[in-house]
Order: sequence, then C-alpha cells, then structure tokens
Amino acid sequence: MSFEWIHVAYAALTLFIVINYGMIMTALVRKIGARVSGRYGIPIWQNYIDLAKNIALRSKVTHGAMFYLGPVFRLTGGVGLLLFVPTIYGSVMHQNFSYAGDLILALYFVFFGTLGMALGAGESGHPHAAIGVSRGLAQVTTAELPLALAVYALSLQYQTIDITEIVAAQQGSLFNWTLFTNPLATVAALFGLVGTMMRSPFDVVMAPQEIPIGPPTEYHSSYLALMQTNRVLFPVAKVVIFMNLFFGGATNWAEFAVKAFAIYMIPVLIGVVNPRFRVEQSIRFFLKWGLPVGILAIVTV
Amino acid sequence: MKDIDKSFKKDTETDFPLREEMRPRKVTTPDGQVIDIDPLQDYFCQEPPKVHRKSYSAIVEGFYNWARANSLWILGFGTGCGAIEMRPLMTPRFDAYRYGIQWRPTPRQSNLLVISGYLSVKTLKRAIRAYEQMPQPKYVVGLGSCTINGGMYWDSYNTIKKLDEYLPVDLYIAGCMPRPEALLAGLMDLKKLIRKGEAEGANRYAENFDWYKANQKSVIKDWDMPDYSW
Repeated sequence: MSFEWIHVAYAALTLFIVINYGMIMTALVRKIGARVSGRYGIPIWQNYIDLAKNIALRSKVTHGAMFYLGPVFRLTGGVGLLLFVPTIYGSVMHQNFSYAGDLILALYFVFFGTLGMALGAGESGHPHAAIGVSRGLAQVTTAELPLALAVYALSLQYQTIDITEIVAAQQGSLFNWTLFTNPLATVAALFGLVGTMMRSPFDVVMAPQEIPIGPPTEYHSSYLALMQTNRVLFPVAKVVIFMNLFFGGATNWAEFAVKAFAIYMIPVLIGVVNPRFRVEQSIRFFLKWGLPVGILAIVTV
Repeated sequence: MKDIDKSFKKDTETDFPLREEMRPRKVTTPDGQVIDIDPLQDYFCQEPPKVHRKSYSAIVEGFYNWARANSLWILGFGTGCGAIEMRPLMTPRFDAYRYGIQWRPTPRQSNLLVISGYLSVKTLKRAIRAYEQMPQPKYVVGLGSCTINGGMYWDSYNTIKKLDEYLPVDLYIAGCMPRPEALLAGLMDLKKLIRKGEAEGANRYAENFDWYKANQKSVIKDWDMPDYSW
C-alpha cells in the first residue's frame, strides 16, 4: 500500500468514529447492566460529560515526567492498535495504515499501553498503584500467552502475518470464519480477550473495593481524561483485532457495530456472573486452561 | 457555640512528638548510599492552596459548570451514621446514577465530600487530608444536624460542632438522620448551585486558609501531619 497524505485524514476519521462508538457502547453496556439489576442507569451520554468534567477541573498535580507520559503511552497503545489494523475490510477510507506484518505489531501494541501505565503509575508513588501494576503485569503476561499462541496458529493456518489477507480468506461464507475453521485457536484467543478486558473475574488489577483503583489511583483531571478516552478506545480496538482474526472482519460500519458489540459482550457476560479471582488464581487459571488450549491449537493446525 | 470547652481544646502544654514515619531519618539505599529523608519536606508539598480563577469566557465557564453539575463524583468516605443513608442511593430504589452521581474510591478523582454525620476529632484529621487531596473545584456537603450545630453530640468531648469552621461547606442537609430522599434532594440543590457558579468552596478555603488551619489546629490535639497535603 503506497502512502498518501489523505490517508492521515481517513485514519483520523476512523479514530473519531471508533472513539464515539466506544463512548456510546460502553455507556450502553453499563445501562444494560443497570436495567438488569432493576436500576434506570446512567444517561447514555454520561461518558462525554465525565470527560468534559475532568478536563474542566482546575488543579492538576503532577509527580514528574513519567506521570505525564503514562496516560499518553496508554492512549498511544490504543490509537496505535487501531491505526495499524484494517477497521473495515475492503474500504479504502478505513483500511488505516495496515501493512504486510501488522499482526505482529498489533500483538506488541496490546501490551504497550500496560507497560506505559506501569511507568507512569510507578512514578505517582502511591503504594496501591505499585500493587496494581505488579498484579497487572503478571496477569496480562499470562493472559497474553494463549493469545500469542492462537495468533501463531492463525499465521500457520493462513501462511501470512497480514491481517488483511487473513480477513480476505474468511470472506464468502459464515463457515469460512476462523471461529469454524479453527475453533481451538478462537477459544485460546478468547482466554486472552477475557483476561485483558479488566472485567471480573480478572479485574484484580483495578479491584475498586480493595486497592482503591490500582494504577490510576493518583490520576485526576486531564490525565484521567486521557485515560478515559483510552478506556473507551482500547477495548474497541482490541475487539476489532478479534473481529478481523476470528469473526470474519467487517465490510461496513453497521456490521462493525453489531459484531464489535457482540464480541464485547463476551467478557461482560462472563464478568457479571463470576466473582473476582486473586492474582495467583488467575495466573494459574491461564496456565492451566488457557495455555494447553493454545498449544493444542498450534499442534492441530 | 464555638468549640471552647476546656477539655476539648488543644493541649498546648504537652509536646506531642511526630509520628515515627514522619521523623527525619537516614536511609541506606539498595546500592549502599546513605541518604537523609525528612518526610515532611520530601513527601509533602509545603505550598498553601492557590485560588483558582474561573475561565475567562463566561460561555466556557457555563459549559464547565454544566459538566461539573452533571458529573458529580462522590468520595466513598463515610463518617457517623449518615454513611448508611448514602448506600441506598446506589440501589434500584433511589438510583442516583441516573443524575450523573457516581462514587469514586480515591480522593484524587472525586469532586464531592459528603460529611455524613458527626465528625470526631480523630476523623476530622482524615477528612481534612481527604479534602485537601481532591482536585479543585471541590464541594462539601454536611449531612445531618451533627454537622450544623453538633446535634445530639452538642456537649461531646470529642466531636466538632460546626463543620463550616473546619471545611468550607457548600450545602447542609438538615435532619437526624435525613432520609435518602432528602440527601438526593440536597444533591439536586447542589447541582443548581454548581450550575449558577456559586459552589466555590475550594477558593474560599484557599482565601481563608490561615483561619481554617487555626480552627483545625485548635481542636486536633496531636497535629502530626503537614499543613497542607495535596
């Protein structure tokens, strides 16, 4: 793919659509949760108001350079993840900057934000932040193992590390999806998805009632606004990768909206019925159940 | 109605030593270097709070106030019996979330401190620290008679009477105890104050900082913390 300047504008448009989609969708998911428990729930535009409120706060306390850079790295992880994979398959505008080796880069970007957050939260000096970071890195590392194995299985299966080609191979019929051609890899990757979404039972990193909220304990005002933006962007970007790799990708925005919502609901549904794991329990869970499935996916491909 | 009881006032005769973790000390780092640490200097800011001006444009400030009013984050900090009246607001019966009111676990991310009942001197210390760590603009709501004039704890040896002398209160909710409906109605009134731009308690605290500090120090017998802990 040759580079033209108009691609920057197209990518910005994709980013804009995805951020707004994430804002509305995460609020909708919270609202559904509230309705299920018999409450009316937050207004659907609450995320926008919270964002505006946090930007509107007057005092901003900093703890040093890395404290600034933590949320920036985190947002870079989300934006990078989105911009280097094709969001809409076959669309010139929303192909973004995907290239022949984007699958490997995507794997890297999934982890990048966590590392940036670790540095930033470390400098905030709050003990709860340090606890949250050490838990987060340990848990995300083991949750990534089945995901990485599933991705290798996929690249063996399709003989490519280009996400666009993987999506192209799944077009035509529902049964061309990786979900049906390679169910083991899909299950292994779903371990990774559920483990990195910061939802129960794997939300010991944040653990609101235990270590106030872990890494972002000291973050407020504009820093928190950056992280809130990432919190709506990053899950959707991650879901886009899963959609492309396992669920046939999306050829238009309507299909994208439906599929992204459906995939996002997997960790949500698992989350609402399961209590929180302790960190050693979740590590053991991923090594005991996730890793063998990932190895099986590689062996049987 | 001032807290002038003799048994209540600060003991100026006895010298209260700093807590152990606040004392200056020498620490050996992992690579063998010996460094001096003075926690009050190194871990806390010595600067008093600043008065933060409003936005220059009235339209921008109006929009900000609208956002602040519709996204009130309450610090999950309960004192006295009123804390139990806050919980029903999260339940299906009252459901404060539909008004943009949410609870946050850390003072850094919350805008509203609800002093929910009587405040003992010991808890006042923690309330002050929590309040000072919240980012501006921040609001304080006094819930129940105990925060207004001491209520049934009027002649107690260990609870403060007028909360407004120690923290800048934006709104009182009277009652003993006010029901959750009253609390919800009070929060709606607070939203109106914020919309009008009248909830400037944080700036009032910064302007009258010395007066508030003198009041706080006059009742807290063992003042072993920094003067201002953001």
